[in-house]
Amino acid sequence: MIGGLFIYNHKGEVLISRVYRDDIGRNAVDAFRVNVIHARQQVRSPVTNIARTSFFHVKRSNIWLAAVTKQNVNAAMVFEFLYKMCDVMAAYFGKISEENIKNNFVLIYELLDEILDFGYPQNSETGALKTFITQQGIKSQTKEEQSQITSQVTGQIGWRREGIKYRRNELFLDVLESVNLLMSPQGQVLSAHVSGRVVMKSYLSGMPECKFGMNDKIVIEKQGKGTADETSKRRPSAPARSGKQSIAIDDCTFHQCVRLSKFDSERSISFIPPDGEFELMRYRTTKDIILPFRVIPLVREVGRTKLEVKVVIKSNFKPSLLAQKIEVRIPTPLNTSGVQVICMKGKAKYKASENAIVWKIKRMAGMKESQISAEIELLPTNDKKKWARPPISMNFEVPFAPSGLKVRYLKVFEPKLNYSDHDVIKWVRYIGRSGIYETRC
Amino acid sequence: MTDSKYFTTTKKGEIFELKAELNSDKKEKKKEAVKKVIASMTVGKDVSALFPDVVNCMQTDNLELKKLVYLYLMNYAKSQPDMAIMAVNTFVKDCEDPNPLIRALAVRTMGCIRVDKITEYLCEPLRKCLKDEDPYVRKTAAVCVAKLHDINAQLVEDQGFLDTLKDLISDSNPMVVANAVAALSEIAESHPSSNLLDLNPQSINKLLTALNECTEWGQIFILDCLANYTPKDDREAQSICERVTPRLSHANSAVVLSAVKVLMKFMEMLSKDLDYYGTLLKKLAPPLVTLLSAEPELQYVALRNINLIVQKRPEILKHEMKVFFVKYNDPIYVKLEKLDIMIRLASQANIAQVLAELKEYATEVDVDFVRKAVRAIGRCAIKVEQSAERCVSTLLDLIQTKVNYVVQEAIVVIKDIFRKYPNKYESVIATLCENLDSLDEPEARAAMIWIVGEYAERIDNADELLESFLEGFHDESTQVQLQLLTAIVKLFLKKPTETQELVQQVLSLATQDSDNPDLRDRGYIYWRLLSTDPVAAKEVVLAEKPLISEETDLIEPTLLDELICYIGTLASVYHKPPSAFVEGGRGVVHKSLPPRTASSESTESPETAPAGAPSSEQPDVIPTQGDLLGDLLNLDLGPPVSGPPLATSSVQMGAVDLLGGGLDSLIGGPNFVAPPAAAVPANLGASMGSGLSDLFDLTSGVGTLSGSYVAPKAVWLPAMKAKGLEISGTFTRQVGSISMDLQLTNKALQVMTDFAIQFNRNSFGLAPAAPLQVHAPLSPNQTVEISLPLNTVGSVMKMEPLNNLQVAVKNNIDVFYFSTLYPLHILFVEDGKMDRQMFLATWKDIPNENEAQFQIRDCPLNAEAVSSRLQSSNIFTVAKRNVEGQDMLYQSLKLTNGIWVLAELRIQPGNPSFTLSLKCRAPEVSQHVYQAYETILKN
Repeated sequence: MIGGLFIYNHKGEVLISRVYRDDIGRNAVDAFRVNVIHARQQVRSPVTNIARTSFFHVKRSNIWLAAVTKQNVNAAMVFEFLYKMCDVMAAYFGKISEENIKNNFVLIYELLDEILDFGYPQNSETGALKTFITQQGIKSQTKEEQSQITSQVTGQIGWRREGIKYRRNELFLDVLESVNLLMSPQGQVLSAHVSGRVVMKSYLSGMPECKFGMNDKIVIEKQGKGTADETSKRRPSAPARSGKQSIAIDDCTFHQCVRLSKFDSERSISFIPPDGEFELMRYRTTKDIILPFRVIPLVREVGRTKLEVKVVIKSNFKPSLLAQKIEVRIPTPLNTSGVQVICMKGKAKYKASENAIVWKIKRMAGMKESQISAEIELLPTNDKKKWARPPISMNFEVPFAPSGLKVRYLKVFEPKLNYSDHDVIKWVRYIGRSGIYETRC
Repeated sequence: MTDSKYFTTTKKGEIFELKAELNSDKKEKKKEAVKKVIASMTVGKDVSALFPDVVNCMQTDNLELKKLVYLYLMNYAKSQPDMAIMAVNTFVKDCEDPNPLIRALAVRTMGCIRVDKITEYLCEPLRKCLKDEDPYVRKTAAVCVAKLHDINAQLVEDQGFLDTLKDLISDSNPMVVANAVAALSEIAESHPSSNLLDLNPQSINKLLTALNECTEWGQIFILDCLANYTPKDDREAQSICERVTPRLSHANSAVVLSAVKVLMKFMEMLSKDLDYYGTLLKKLAPPLVTLLSAEPELQYVALRNINLIVQKRPEILKHEMKVFFVKYNDPIYVKLEKLDIMIRLASQANIAQVLAELKEYATEVDVDFVRKAVRAIGRCAIKVEQSAERCVSTLLDLIQTKVNYVVQEAIVVIKDIFRKYPNKYESVIATLCENLDSLDEPEARAAMIWIVGEYAERIDNADELLESFLEGFHDESTQVQLQLLTAIVKLFLKKPTETQELVQQVLSLATQDSDNPDLRDRGYIYWRLLSTDPVAAKEVVLAEKPLISEETDLIEPTLLDELICYIGTLASVYHKPPSAFVEGGRGVVHKSLPPRTASSESTESPETAPAGAPSSEQPDVIPTQGDLLGDLLNLDLGPPVSGPPLATSSVQMGAVDLLGGGLDSLIGGPNFVAPPAAAVPANLGASMGSGLSDLFDLTSGVGTLSGSYVAPKAVWLPAMKAKGLEISGTFTRQVGSISMDLQLTNKALQVMTDFAIQFNRNSFGLAPAAPLQVHAPLSPNQTVEISLPLNTVGSVMKMEPLNNLQVAVKNNIDVFYFSTLYPLHILFVEDGKMDRQMFLATWKDIPNENEAQFQIRDCPLNAEAVSSRLQSSNIFTVAKRNVEGQDMLYQSLKLTNGIWVLAELRIQPGNPSFTLSLKCRAPEVSQHVYQAYETILKN
């Protein structure tokens, strides 16, 4: 298991050093500094073995966090722990910087004592930790309070404390997607995928039991089969709704509050959420992606010293929706001497330092198109190498989910308190952003 | 209020000042002072002198202050053991505190103080805490047992803490269970022999229940522990897998990887025909792909593991090539790993895409990455034959870029391509030669020189080129010198007239002016060869080269299997077994994948056991077929030892049960009661009718002691698969002894020594009776013939097909595996002639459904000849009869494990087709006996 944990500043000075195992000596602190932080070469691996001692490190701005061990530990766990450690510190004192670490070193030691015992990670949910590691000293807790703390820290719902109360029960769901595309000049999709996250911010009283539903193909099809008889009797139009609008999810992962065995058997997503903001799930889809923009490039070489470029972009979504922060990047050859640009909409500029024409449009509605044409003057060169024509890339933000994911419901059920699902105010927002969105030309 | 001020150094007398502050009456001041002490401690200053003063602050209600003092104690107690005792009282008191947080804190800290005297006092509080009503205290106490064990293992055992810890596995609180599992696993690791983690279906069930409820870290502890369990059969393995698969959707990558480890390991036990096996394979791919969207450090860990998984089970990710394409912003360590996996997944289906990508990468900035990309193109050429041409042209394009390291790397890989596809791409040599001057790395220079020497006859100015290298001979590295020497000798043998001077020059440079013994030796060898027998020299130097294998960088299978058991851990990141980087005995227990064991119900029951035979015990006795990896790889390849005599009988019994069941009545004659004649089955009725007198007149007169039929040698292990070792062989049986006649040929370039052989368990317990004796080292192109005596007292396991034999051969280079089918007649024993009465009774006794009929076609022999030929292979004719113009031969044979096979051979004169009816208690041998008949009669 983890034998010790060190935090260094960018110079390699130790800010925090906590040793858990007897086989890790003080010299390990120096070994890492000399061999990794002060190493002349760029770091070639996040795991370094120096004299039979293994060092795992991650960097946050200027700060190095290193875990040390002499055993065959679970490497994935060590890194997950280091990330978690960063999250916990950030939740307590904000940005991880040398100053903040020095200002909170007593707190950090206290945390390290709690979340790592003999090198074994223990409960590290900030929600739980904040109930008893406060730096204000635990005043006089009543016996009940104490046992509440311990049962929460060790309990099944370690991420939420009991007795949370809000006057107004409210929750926010953000579906954040990034859509990635590689398209051939002829408009053929070479690869496309969406990686999405569902982020939830909840302000709910008590220990609410939540159930999240989306238009997952597997669920919809299952329901379609199971309830087909009933629904067809009552509402003949019901089956038409399902099927088409459902989406196939390639893979998804969940926050630890989600009951995975239930998802595996019934594919239902049920959980008791942590208080405040957390990432409920991540997912990936590759089928039937709505590509918000289509880029049509046309490059023509006029002689050896001139290029004519015409690029048309078409927005492919409901006319009532507006895309924002649109940016199209058209690469230019290295020997470009001058560029003249004409665009219908937005602003376009040739940026010599980036070897690209950057065309920006603030807003664009759906089912519209716009175009830019440019004349690129080239310096004659005797370089035999042909210009490799890097792809045209694009950035944008749209108010829908390109994967087609829809939140169907988020039911809240709190058996002990007297508020019902209807009393909870719920907000859902969809944001689709471009990931690597490229069209070859 | 900020704490950073404590880091600022004060002037001299710091310790003195701190001492005063620590002894201050004011609580606030005390606390400040302790903080200063801790800050000094952190940066490495020695503040141990303040020990008594700090310990004095321990008695306080202020939890924060208490924690700081404890922190100090953990650091310095070891250097001040006597004074540490002063703290014991407070600890003991704190362990009784009404606040569970304080109780836990005390027991947690106490365990970290590694002072013998303190540990004695720790026992009582620890015992109480292990049974504390509060789960927070119990989970802390569980870890404390591991701490104590690390300090004093004996004490922990004597105090019975291990039992208490085991009880905690059944605790109602999942976190207590998880910590207990973690502690037990660690303790068990240092006692590999002890059965501490006594995992059984009940305890596994408890763990699986806790798995759903505990924290992400606890899930990792439990999954890692589960991976050490070996389910008793495939059903149990499947049911555990089913309960572990939901973990693949966990957001914590370590949970996912540990789950993958359990699944990969248990999958080994599942039959590939199961639907579930396919389902599981499909379920594994998406989470592995998802791991690649984690933070880069985790991606690195994931990729190193995927590298192993792809080698073990390539089918899982074969369609996911695209996700391993390198992104511009990936850190270099991620890029290099992705590249490795891309090559492993490259196949004919995706090669075009892969090549396009690799070409992109070859123009990147990072030198290591570019080199690896170029090398990857070469490996694709060697791996996917159809792509070789495209790869070569890509490499030529890259050579045109004239980027120095790209050119050098390309030349190194082109050399390999020449080796793999001789006489195909030599047209590019001219292009290569243009770049001769830019080569400055030994490997590239050596490769280029090899090419020039190898194709000297096609390169007009080969002598000039080589001569140019010769000028700076002594400045070259050994690699280049050796290559240059060989290349010039080759050149000389190809163009003797023009290059005599050159060869003289290089020989004298190598032999007289060099102090490198390898170089000198090689020089002398060439010199003598050339001076004594130029023709022989030509044969030696210009000999045909063995082909190079496709995948040179595969991890050795035994190691791979071990590493699969370590998925997620450092071992899988380093691709080394833990013993290579862990000190001492901790964690170096050798792990291996479980063999495949079918559950009793799903065993395809071969025995159509006769009614009344005890069939209930059979499933337990049957050693079912394991797979090659499970058993063969674990073989200890030392010289085989024939089993002790005791083993023989038990093996025999096992075999009997295996093959027929209830055969004891046959072997043990006394039990046998001759049945009344009326019960003779119909097909034998005729023979009965024709009177017994003439029926059994035949004697075994024709029989001689010449050995049974020997098949010609066949190649069992081609040189391509065994790094140059070719093995061909056959089986013989002579005068009661079986042997395996082997022919070993060394087709590699290096001498082979240290041969050893081992068989996997097989249906008839065949095993080498003596070690494999290869007296002299086997030099290149040499062949030896060895007759390896065999016996049948080895362990028995039913194989599919029955006569399958899996063999492992070891030499100084590696261990190789092959399997071969042995003809069953080597197992026919000499005393296989059955008494006629017995024959009749037995024939009748064996149920009709055990009878199998075969046709032997195109056999021109008559009954006499058939009989004598079969007899030389120990198939004895018990009786002969003529019925309606047909010759009926009644024959018997006995296998080494005591199984009798009875045969009726019907021969029609003038018709070359015989009808063979076989009856046996173990009907599955019939097919093979028939094959033996065919082989014997037709050769």
